[in-house]
Amino acid sequence: MAERDEARSDMDIEIPPPGTGEREAIGTVRLRVKRQDGPQTRSYWQPFEVPERPNMNVIECLMEIRRNPVDAEGRRTTPVAWAMSCLEEVCGICTMLVNGNVRQSCSALVKDLERPITLEPMTKFPVRRDLVVDRQRLFDHYRRVEAWIPIDGTYALGPGPRMDERDREEGYWLSRCMSCACCIEACPQVNAAHDEDTIFMGAAPITWARLMNLHPTGKMQAVERYEGLMGPGGIADCSKAGNCTVVCPKEIENLESIAAMNRQISRYLLVDWLKG
Amino acid sequence: MGAGGKPRFIVVGGGLAGLMTTIRIAERGHSVDLFSLVRVSRSHSVCAQGGINGAVNTKGEGDSPWVHLDDTVYGGDFLAHQPPVKEMTEAAPEIIDLYDRMGVMFNRTAEGLLDFRRFGGTKVHRTAYAGATTGQQLLYALDQQVRRWEDQGLVTKHEGWEFLGAVRDGAGVARGIVAMDLASLEIRAFRGDATMVATGGPGVVFGKSTNSIINTGAANANLYRQGAKYANPEMVQIHPTAIPGRDKRRLISESVRGEGGRVWVPRDGKPWYFLEEWYPAYGNLVPRDIAAQAIYKVVYDMGLGVDGDEAVYLDVTHMDPKELDVKLGGVLEIYEKFMGEDPRRVPMKVFPAVHYSMGGMWVDYDLMTSIPGVFSGGEANYEYHGANRLGANALVSCTFDGMKGGPKMIDYAAGLGELAADQEESIYQTEVAAQEERRGGVLGLQGGSENPYALHRELGDWMTRYCTVVRKEEQLRQTDAKIRELGDRWNRIDLPDTGGWVNQSVVFTRQLQEMLELARAMVQGAIARQESRGVHLRPDFPGRDDERWLKTTIAEWTPEGPRLSSEPVDVSLIPPRPRQYRKDIR
Repeated sequence: MAERDEARSDMDIEIPPPGTGEREAIGTVRLRVKRQDGPQTRSYWQPFEVPERPNMNVIECLMEIRRNPVDAEGRRTTPVAWAMSCLEEVCGICTMLVNGNVRQSCSALVKDLERPITLEPMTKFPVRRDLVVDRQRLFDHYRRVEAWIPIDGTYALGPGPRMDERDREEGYWLSRCMSCACCIEACPQVNAAHDEDTIFMGAAPITWARLMNLHPTGKMQAVERYEGLMGPGGIADCSKAGNCTVVCPKEIENLESIAAMNRQISRYLLVDWLKG
Repeated sequence: MGAGGKPRFIVVGGGLAGLMTTIRIAERGHSVDLFSLVRVSRSHSVCAQGGINGAVNTKGEGDSPWVHLDDTVYGGDFLAHQPPVKEMTEAAPEIIDLYDRMGVMFNRTAEGLLDFRRFGGTKVHRTAYAGATTGQQLLYALDQQVRRWEDQGLVTKHEGWEFLGAVRDGAGVARGIVAMDLASLEIRAFRGDATMVATGGPGVVFGKSTNSIINTGAANANLYRQGAKYANPEMVQIHPTAIPGRDKRRLISESVRGEGGRVWVPRDGKPWYFLEEWYPAYGNLVPRDIAAQAIYKVVYDMGLGVDGDEAVYLDVTHMDPKELDVKLGGVLEIYEKFMGEDPRRVPMKVFPAVHYSMGGMWVDYDLMTSIPGVFSGGEANYEYHGANRLGANALVSCTFDGMKGGPKMIDYAAGLGELAADQEESIYQTEVAAQEERRGGVLGLQGGSENPYALHRELGDWMTRYCTVVRKEEQLRQTDAKIRELGDRWNRIDLPDTGGWVNQSVVFTRQLQEMLELARAMVQGAIARQESRGVHLRPDFPGRDDERWLKTTIAEWTPEGPRLSSEPVDVSLIPPRPRQYRKDIR
């Protein structure tokens, strides 16, 4: 068998038929889901029970519910609405409170969670329905801090600036931010009672500004980003609680980002003042 | 402009192809309406891990765009039209430069230059990479550039909207689109002179795949039902190394093997590195079709799956953990988080999974579909990868389609006699009314016994078993019958939610109907193609048959099922030669 027939005439093999390979249930998972029919309606709790299977995550529980939409008492209900996309913790969409902790539901493995598992929408963003929230504000804040490298155009202008691999590694670590908004949900300074215009932007946009400012081209527009970071709802609202670092699924040192940007801004303001 | 007014442009899809198209149109001063199911930075491009190919040749290996072309065409078993592939491989180094200028944190060499690594189906270091989250980094770079154009008022985003179809005038020319707000279920028409549909692949047709859950292929199916040709539906790539899961298959990047990872199974108490033994020239870096087929052979035929499961080992435990973190961190983290084991110490258990569609909308060399005014780019079209895609060629092809597609759309609009703004309102209202009726039909599915998600699971199970790595005619015919049965049962769905706000059941049930259409095209294409080429393996026709099948399969929708025809492949640059990865031959 040292050499395989590359005409692949040895591939007339038996494939297991459909309907095989499903793992047996190993128990039952009890869940309590905080539901809300629309932005203006009151929320309510609903219990569910689904069969537990090895290595199951929270999203599989929700999928199980929509395949058989009944509550724990067997009463027919609507499937729970939630947001999901990549299911491998990189798109950032499936953030929710799992047993009170903000995290990605795709990587929340049932075997690690206390029962019943409670699922709630994030509290710092408007609820659309059930576990689906509207994070528009976060993306508006990226715009406010001008989190982009202003290239001259998409034309063939040659390679980008050289970078020290160590700076690159630092930047790469920040660039893994997936806009999940865990840092904003966990921040005590982000107060849902605030109006949307003056609410604290939270860590993610500040980390993005830091990332742009450490890039050799991005540095050239650092001042514009300082302006975006200052003012109502800006960086000065941080109370250094540090929850943003603790909850980050990508282990980004968000509090360090805030400190770094504060230092840069102080230096900028000082130089500005000295210039008179 | 023909009619004196300013043309309007529509882009559907917020991945690399859609965003790059948007940037290319906006930077020429035109307005773009950009539609996406999710916030654009959450599009499926975000999942790409390993890197982006471009023959920058920084390691003295004699790489060039021509060698990249040859690898791509050969890797695709000669089913791709060659001139567009050549354009792409020539543009690839500039595309990497562009991303570098946009601030992508590509890994660097000691000199501060971009580093390149190896990938499957090639002998050189051609793949630029940003850790193991290259797709995310590229997507975010484009997302940031689009935000900049949004800030300047040239881009209007419609996030949380689904494309339902093109709006055509009496002559069949597309003059805009209809789309549905996923929250309110409102259906609206949008005028546009040229539309790019870059909505990715149809992996979710197979139930569990490495694709994001949004990749149903429904946008393509909408166009297909409207009469657009769908090319090579049977050409669906199976990635050899994914983590099995009940919700999806999680990709373990080819870059793991590119950096030295080895595939093996225990045999007679010892590791057996079957890829290295069978394919000494390329070893673990044989292309994906070859690796997936070998794994099937080892697991299903030889019964050597790890612990009797559908699994083989992918092993990096012999490698330096520090280097692994720098080069492969994101990938290893995924395994660790979802499997609870540290791949730096324990070999990963992986198995092949549906990953990418080489087939897609038929387009001409200007990326226009057979519906005038509708363009298709990225994984959604069939342009570059033939019968098998090489690793790290997707990010470059998606980007290239945007680079090329945007200007082509502007040129097309400039040649129009009249613009969308001049069209009668009635053509838009007619399409909106038709779509509202269809939505009403879905909402009216009540009192039956079927659940849409359960039907989908059945579809995925059948497609995965019988229409992936090994395709037997009898089983394909059974699958086709099964899909028709599921179509009948679709009418007996008891819709689990009949509300009018964030009703995900309505959206999904409609998409399911589209998936059934695409599934039939895939299965029928696989039945028709009586040869084995790239990913398409027919044990009853084990050889490649250029005489009869050096042809693109074309599927056209009819109410009774796909009508198939074929057209020749443009092999004007590199004459087809037998494909094998055991020895080096060129």
